[in-house]
Amino acid sequence: MADLILKDVAKAYGDVKVLSNIDLDIKQGELIVFVGPSGCGKSTLLRMIAGLESITAGTLSIDGRVMNEVPAAQRGIAMVFQSYALYPHMTVRDNMAFALKIAKKSKAEIAAAVEKAARVLQLTPYLDRLPKALSGGQRQRVAIGRAIVRDPKVYLFDEPLSNLDAALRVATRLEIAQLKEQMPDSTMVYVTHDQVEAMTLASRIVVLAGGGISQVGTPLELYEKPENEFVAQFIGSPAMNLLPGEIVATGAETVVKLAGGSQVRAAIPTREADMGRAVKLGVRPEDLQPTEAADHIFEGRVEIVEALGEVTLLYFERQGEAAPMIAKLPGIHADLRRRQVRLAADPKKVHLFANGRSLLYR
Amino acid sequence: MLQQLVTAGLTIVVGIAAAFGYFYGSNWLLDILFPAGAAGDRATRNIRRAAAIRPWLFLGPALLALALYLVYPVAESIWLSFHGPAGRQFVGLKNYIWFIGDANIHSALINNFLWLLVVPAASTFLGLVTAALTDRIGWGNIAKSLIFMPMAISFVGATVIWKFVYDYRAANQDQIGLLNALVTWLGGPPEAWITLPFWNNFFLMVILVWIQTGFAMVILSAALRGIPEETIEAAVLDGANGLQIFFKIMVPQIWGTIAVVWTTITITVLKVFDIVYAMTNGQWDTDVLANQMYTWMFEGGGDFGRGATIALVIMILVIPIMIWNIRNAKAEMEGR
Ligand SMILES: Nc1ncnc2c1ncn2[C@@H]1O[C@H](COP(=O)(O)OP(=O)(O)OP(=O)(O)O)[C@@H](O)[C@H]1O
Ligand SMILES: [Mg+2]
Repeated sequence: MADLILKDVAKAYGDVKVLSNIDLDIKQGELIVFVGPSGCGKSTLLRMIAGLESITAGTLSIDGRVMNEVPAAQRGIAMVFQSYALYPHMTVRDNMAFALKIAKKSKAEIAAAVEKAARVLQLTPYLDRLPKALSGGQRQRVAIGRAIVRDPKVYLFDEPLSNLDAALRVATRLEIAQLKEQMPDSTMVYVTHDQVEAMTLASRIVVLAGGGISQVGTPLELYEKPENEFVAQFIGSPAMNLLPGEIVATGAETVVKLAGGSQVRAAIPTREADMGRAVKLGVRPEDLQPTEAADHIFEGRVEIVEALGEVTLLYFERQGEAAPMIAKLPGIHADLRRRQVRLAADPKKVHLFANGRSLLYR
Repeated sequence: MLQQLVTAGLTIVVGIAAAFGYFYGSNWLLDILFPAGAAGDRATRNIRRAAAIRPWLFLGPALLALALYLVYPVAESIWLSFHGPAGRQFVGLKNYIWFIGDANIHSALINNFLWLLVVPAASTFLGLVTAALTDRIGWGNIAKSLIFMPMAISFVGATVIWKFVYDYRAANQDQIGLLNALVTWLGGPPEAWITLPFWNNFFLMVILVWIQTGFAMVILSAALRGIPEETIEAAVLDGANGLQIFFKIMVPQIWGTIAVVWTTITITVLKVFDIVYAMTNGQWDTDVLANQMYTWMFEGGGDFGRGATIALVIMILVIPIMIWNIRNAKAEMEGR
């Protein structure tokens, strides 16, 4: 049960710099999720916290104690691997008991801890089975059980659900959420590719990109007030639309003239000096609505319609841009294909970026 | 010498050509006999028939060779074991009764038992240890090649090498044997190592262990590399130390391979003959069954009946280990 502080942490393999300037202050009881594109160093950072990977520079402390040189086993952490990493030759019971046996705990104590974890994870009927006789979801629960039994200060999860199929992933995600609820004091760090996992589980999300931290914040902060274009496009699916333009009016509200000629109001304050500045206007597909009014952000012909039932995705081609303009409308609109549609958004839902950074943060 | 090389080369070329010719020719014949281009129903029937015959046709030469060199000798050995020295006169169970009662056979059996106990265990254990150690160091591959090298030496060759290790000269002469040189350098008296009763067996076993450790190491090293890295990392996080990880996490995961290596060496041990023959020829109580078999079969005029009886006993001893071995190997291939 602990605070976990990373100060100016860096990692390099020889000359290859993987991570640098990682500053992170994780409070006891938080569930921190690392997201980021593949290869950005999420696993590496997690493994550095675990002690499986050395820390090239900076300090890692847990509960105020610097852990850089402390062996993995003594850091008070437990890790759940993507591949489960169960000991294939041991029964579920022995898998969960292994760490306690190594720690020379009494038989009664071990049995009690294992029984309790098995009850929490509904593994009691499988205690005497070998891992190979379990389903993927059950194996993952054993892996989690192995962590729980040790009662660690910090739990580390490296993409624990990515080997499961979609339905099971949802179920196990809920289980992890419940588990976290039952252990409000334990700190968890969770790596995932899955946005939904990140948004639903996290107390705070850390977006890693380009060898550093792009933004840290609660899921809704990241969604509503992304600090930069990368986070804006990374969080949310489909990604936020970005349209180039120029500031033509400043003040409590800003007006941007887009390349297409239309003028768009954004509820973002700007200074007089910003007049004429080249910006990118960001708007999420789900914030766009069809409109008949003259005020609009985009007008074009619908090229592709993806009707998903609860929502419909409209794809528009844009001049001079590879990425299509995407709008997400509630309900079914299969009839819009090849139709000319005009789109507008609430000024409060519009984002502005200059040089890749949001104008909200400066 | 040159002529021999030429003959050998020619044999290889002719042999491969003949094999090619056989497979190509038999397939061609099959196509003629059952043309797939025939009309309608006949075509499918022909194809089905040809498909049924083809495997037997292709397996034919191998089956024939197996029958000739495996089945026939076994049958002949069984037959011989019930006959007298010259293999003519039927003697019933006499050879087997002799086998059960003979003192030399008893001593050979005891020695064989010792070999079985020591050599597979020692080779597998040393192989495992060297595999684990060489996997971790930079020059591990060089060490591995060195340890594997004896595998490339014939048993007789290896024995000759070790003869020089155990060589004994009278105390007033220079010792050319490595072991005696060492002992005298340390101030001890030289020993005729291979005549020391009981212990000499172990000196012979060392040779086979020396050879087989390389084999065990190579197979077990591959198995160790196949262990998922995460299970080891999980054990590290669980607080296990190096030894605990090795014995509680790694070794149990490669049990199947260890069993295969162990039994394979066990079978080799049961057949071991060359080492004993070349080093002591069974003198000083070092005899083993395979050497006894050779001695009875071919030396002093030969007794085909007794020789065949010993051969059969060895075969019967090997069979169960062989079956177990194949089972393990299969299980190993199917991924446990
Ligand atoms: N031993 C190594 N030597 C050199 N570079 C390495 C080594 N291990 C990892 N890397 C590099 O470090 C970077 C980060 O790897 P890491 O596994 O942490 O990515 P990740 O964010 O977990 O990706 P994914 O989402 O695909 O799991 C990668 O670019 C990888 O190539
Ligand atoms: Mg990863």
